[in-house]
Amino acid sequence: MIDRSDVLHIARLARLELDESEVDRIGSEISGILAHVERISELDLEGVEPTAHSVAQAGELREDDPGESLPRERALESAPDTDGIGFRVPPPSA
Amino acid sequence: MSDDLTLLTAVEAAAGVNSGELDREELYSAWLERARLDDLGALTWTSDSVLEAGEGPLGGVPVAVKDLFCTEGIPSQSGSRILEGYRPPYTATVVERIAEAGAPLLAKTNQDEFAMGSSNENSAFGPVLNPWDRTRVPGGSSGGSAAAVAAGLAPWALGTDTGGSIRQPAALCGIVGLKPTYGSVSRFGMIAFASSLDQAGPFALNVADAALLYSQMVGRDPRDATSLAYPGEVSGAALPDLKGVRLGVPQELSGEGIESGVLEAFERTLDLARELGAEISECQLPHAPHALSAYYLIAPAECSSNLARYEGVRFGNRVDNGGDLEQMFSQTRAAGFGEEVRRRIMLGTYALSAGYYDAYYGSAQRVRTLISKDFDKAFESFDAIVTPTSPGVAFPLGSKTADPLEMYLQDFCTVPMSLAGIPAISIPNGLSEGLPVGFQIAGPAFSENRILGIAGALEPAIGFDSRAARL
Amino acid sequence: MSDWEAVIGLEIHVQLATRTKMFCSCSPSFGEEPNTRTCPVCLGLPGALPTINAAAIDYGLQIGLALGCELASRSVFHRKNYFYADLPKGYQISQFDEPLCSGGELDGVRINRVHLEEDAAKLSHSSASGRIHGADASTVDFNRGGTPLAEIVTEPDLGSAAQARAWLQLLRSTLRALGVSDVNMDEGSLRCDANVSIRAVGDTGLSTKTELKNMNSFRFVEKGIEAEIARQVALVDAGGTVVQETLHFDPRTGTLTSLRSKEEAHDYRYFPEPDLLPVAVDDARIARARETLPELPAARASRYVEEHSLDPDLAKRLAFDADLTEMFESSLASGAGSVPARAIATWFSAEVSPRLGEMDDSSRSRLEPAALASLVGLVESGKVTTAAARGVLDRLVAEGGEPSAIVASEGLEKVGAGDELSAAVDEAIAADPEAAAKVGAGEQKALGPLVGLVMKATQGRADGGEVRRLLLERLAP
Ligand SMILES: [Mg+2]
Ligand SMILES: [Zn+2]
Repeated sequence: MIDRSDVLHIARLARLELDESEVDRIGSEISGILAHVERISELDLEGVEPTAHSVAQAGELREDDPGESLPRERALESAPDTDGIGFRVPPPSA
Repeated sequence: MSDDLTLLTAVEAAAGVNSGELDREELYSAWLERARLDDLGALTWTSDSVLEAGEGPLGGVPVAVKDLFCTEGIPSQSGSRILEGYRPPYTATVVERIAEAGAPLLAKTNQDEFAMGSSNENSAFGPVLNPWDRTRVPGGSSGGSAAAVAAGLAPWALGTDTGGSIRQPAALCGIVGLKPTYGSVSRFGMIAFASSLDQAGPFALNVADAALLYSQMVGRDPRDATSLAYPGEVSGAALPDLKGVRLGVPQELSGEGIESGVLEAFERTLDLARELGAEISECQLPHAPHALSAYYLIAPAECSSNLARYEGVRFGNRVDNGGDLEQMFSQTRAAGFGEEVRRRIMLGTYALSAGYYDAYYGSAQRVRTLISKDFDKAFESFDAIVTPTSPGVAFPLGSKTADPLEMYLQDFCTVPMSLAGIPAISIPNGLSEGLPVGFQIAGPAFSENRILGIAGALEPAIGFDSRAARL
Repeated sequence: MSDWEAVIGLEIHVQLATRTKMFCSCSPSFGEEPNTRTCPVCLGLPGALPTINAAAIDYGLQIGLALGCELASRSVFHRKNYFYADLPKGYQISQFDEPLCSGGELDGVRINRVHLEEDAAKLSHSSASGRIHGADASTVDFNRGGTPLAEIVTEPDLGSAAQARAWLQLLRSTLRALGVSDVNMDEGSLRCDANVSIRAVGDTGLSTKTELKNMNSFRFVEKGIEAEIARQVALVDAGGTVVQETLHFDPRTGTLTSLRSKEEAHDYRYFPEPDLLPVAVDDARIARARETLPELPAARASRYVEEHSLDPDLAKRLAFDADLTEMFESSLASGAGSVPARAIATWFSAEVSPRLGEMDDSSRSRLEPAALASLVGLVESGKVTTAAARGVLDRLVAEGGEPSAIVASEGLEKVGAGDELSAAVDEAIAADPEAAAKVGAGEQKALGPLVGLVMKATQGRADGGEVRRLLLERLAP
């Protein structure tokens, strides 16, 4: 069961602004889902290795050979706010 | 040969073009006309001109591609408001590959936002209607691709499957859908939902068409570290019969929770398989009932991280009310993501957060191991495992939107294979309440030829008319 | 009131000098125009995927070998999740519970770990506002984003600011010898944070530490740590307690300001990077890394002792300082054996090193190694006095140039026994008859002022012994 403060904490971590009305609803929805998925805790997972990738084999490395970069105008073309040189963002309040 | 080029199968059309009997441009234009008939909300973008492609096995037969595949200069929005109008500076490897092999882009298809959903009702660009019954959903998340092929708006299409997003809509729309072995098709340029599960695959009206398209999708991509070279050739040739083929029926996935009409169709198909010589018996996948739980921890966890890049700095839409950076991020994401996406980001963030990782994400990964082992064991005594694809037929729009869990149960039979990374195909195997039902065939990693072969043997025996819903 | 001792650990980020970025094929940027070194991968565009740069792994292994670390049998990457404008994907691909290298030691300081990760982009704050809503805008340049970094973390084994500075210099020369990085602090290819705490002398436990950031020169590392130690001692002596916080050192004012952001305690939600499979680090790869290891400072120091019979401390002072040891080596080469190595070594350590240490940016020194060799040569061959040579060195550091030329143009050659010197001696005697009389009366210590006068007249170019001899010759009873 997760409470309001949990919901607000997660929303903060996830950078999702919730309006007051949503907080309780999302809280109960997530609690409901967790109640279901928590059934895996019935299983005995002692000594079972976790699987992060379903691919068995080991990965390969990329050779250190430079490739093309995007022209700046392509890099900037989809940005919501630029000065033609960089991506413009609101000031971080440290 | 028929004078309506769009009534040819993709295999026939490709052969016609490659033998010089058919003209590529005519073929493309004919399909362009079909695509323009879309009144199902299946397509989010349609070409306004004849697009080029290479000479190759796919013989100029145009393809519809799920919105989430990046296509240079063409809207690629993954069904999300936050990416509305986004035109990427590059094209996904798999889209490039099939274009080089002869399949030009025809249209982009509607989908659940970031591939999260089983009804296509989570798209920022509206729902997709099922061509079999416009009051019902086509399934999801690749609902647009499935509906487009079923309605004859495109000869074949690309979709993606994370927990059932190709197989379930294929079943609900009465067409063929293949979820390939994880890693066999490059994910580069595929807008991610859950990286360790996402896999691209083909939709088609018949098994041979699906096999042909898939054969040109596979291959190691140096730009995708999780992609693998396909061992050998993809032929996908239909088996003449099923003599000596051992089919396992896991009772965990073929009983409880599945509509009677679907089960009846399933039993009928098993009888046909027996008649074709298949040896059918029960098998055990003891941990399969826990697959959905593991999936709904792993997929949201990965998506909570994959979707962190949508914060309104380098692309996509931004909401800026004059606050600081963090406020801009939080407002942009709150406004840009739909309800289901926000819910899964919250769930996944929680599952990874300090103090809960082991209980949730960690345990889910261990369950994933047990599920893979179940399959390994089953495949020691069976060539393939068969189940109904979806527990039910296409359901009415809005009937499951209230309760997330209800919706999640749609993936009950498809999620185990996704967690194990193994291939599974859904073929239409009859009707229930006048709506299509799907039959799922799963095999070990890289056994696509085998399951395509089995599907190809069953197809004529079942004799399903995939064109019944053509517009 | 008890005596305090400092407990210091360092966290160093080193930009690796690979030809491509950590996870994409863009070339790392060297001050190019902003946002001209990006691609879908390092911009974190939808659908883009990372691939691991083999050279970064090899450089990481070399660092591990040089620091005597244990090398992992596979390289595993995790995602470190947090939001910031300079972090395009909303997570940094880094290493978590399986770093590439762990353990190890360098000159008595234990290494905790060395892991690989990707650098962040550059966020710059401009008041030139173009935003609709008034407030100042900041802009992001993604050129630096994705540059390979090795993060080196030490155990808290350093006891003073000076020791921390010296050790960091040793680490730098080690990395420079490896050739894995430019290790340039003011360009940011070498960045150092410090964890500082104090404890009563004799205590062994660890007390609350603070983290010092942004000390972008060796001097600032030393000054910053000094300032923080002083702050903590004053605080505790006044009955206060140290709180865990991150501090920013301002070299100009020498003050420390707390970077207390409104960010809640970080929760990075590490999990295995699903886009990257673990890569096996096979023995062949490690063997190749080992073969390419060059002579490292420690080995070099002992070679100096054997080859040039320097005393061990002097040998270390040179070998552990990247700039000094390089200059020393090329000085020797240019000196071509004509000038004794010990003399050159002594000059570097006693004269050159302090002069460079005083500069904010020692790379601005104009001193050519060959020039120092010939200057020392002039002293050794008695053509110039040590006093005069010091003056010449000042000029070499400030303006560069050829010592013998400077000596000639300034007329700094040593004045031998000759008319000029005896004239100067006579003048001195005339100028201070009183002292002269005392010397005449056998009062040796009265020589001092007279010698001084001669030296003054010859601007230090005369040999002291010679001057005494001449004076006594004239005045002795
Ligand atoms: Mg770091
Ligand atoms: Zn790049």
